[in-house]
Amino acid sequence: MARFKKKNDKGTPGLNMGSMSDIIFMLLFFFMVITTMRESSLVVKITVPQATEVQKLEKKSLVSYINVGVPLEPQKYGSEPRIQLNDEIAEVSDIGTFWESEKSRHDEADRPFLSIAIKADKDVRMGTISDIKQEMRKNGAFKLIYTTSRRAK
Amino acid sequence: MAKRSTPGLNTSSMADISFLLLTFFLMTSSINTDLGISRRLPPPPPEKQEDKPEIHQRNIFVVKINSHDALLFDGQIGELRDLKERAKEFLGNPRNLSNLPEKMAVDIPLLGSYDVSKGVISLQNDRGTSYEMYIQVQNELTAAVNEMRDELSRIKFGKSYADASKEQREAIEKAIPVSISEAEPTKIGGNK
Repeated sequence: MARFKKKNDKGTPGLNMGSMSDIIFMLLFFFMVITTMRESSLVVKITVPQATEVQKLEKKSLVSYINVGVPLEPQKYGSEPRIQLNDEIAEVSDIGTFWESEKSRHDEADRPFLSIAIKADKDVRMGTISDIKQEMRKNGAFKLIYTTSRRAK
Repeated sequence: MAKRSTPGLNTSSMADISFLLLTFFLMTSSINTDLGISRRLPPPPPEKQEDKPEIHQRNIFVVKINSHDALLFDGQIGELRDLKERAKEFLGNPRNLSNLPEKMAVDIPLLGSYDVSKGVISLQNDRGTSYEMYIQVQNELTAAVNEMRDELSRIKFGKSYADASKEQREAIEKAIPVSISEAEPTKIGGNK
């Protein structure tokens, strides 16, 4: 009995927390890397329309984005809806070059699965979208996704 | 010389700090899973097209949206909420009416011979149509197709389309294709 009492006097031994921070840091770095990946900053204002029948985009690396909206800097680019490819404002006629460069970034085997997502503001007129679609058809880009957000049914 | 261990740094607060950072990044980051409605564009028309392929009037369902976002289908002004039912009726043609699309029996694995509708929904918009309205219409038409697929899946396989296996889905996709044609834009009454 006496022996047990002696042990109790020492108090509970502390857990070794040394490796805890390592684990947390690893998680932290994971999230930091994930969030900054392939995030080209938008220079146009976009609120995507809502829809109920949405699908998830499969294989995000195979999707290229065309952003359409009113520029955030109207004094520089005007207040009419414009197209953003990669990081800069572009013209409809630039889509051909954009598509070629997107194709050349991928393997030959992946190319048939490449698609273009049109991420457009809900207040954009269809004229602009139609121009983009016609230009895509001309350049052989037929897979198209209209980016929307999910709305409850 | 007496052997002395180096005093350990107190690192217990390290975990707290990194937890704080972790929660910050967790909350601010949105691993944005992009959602959308996918479509396939038709290849560009050949340069010189003498005679257009003939499509019977009964096989085509025209949906028009004008520059004021008003909807026209069945030759009259319609409401967005009625569009889905009309589209389903058109694509399904359950009673084989003579003014609704023809069907063609196709052999499909898993389903056997199935009457695939020849109907095409032609969606025409104006240059002045708002993108939001266009997406709403696309959404209703997609909903019509999805509901029909779901119904077929329940009849044939006894489960919803979402739960069906990959092969079963492919069979259903062949039986009920997304036949929505996005026509070239018109300029009726449009500005610009």
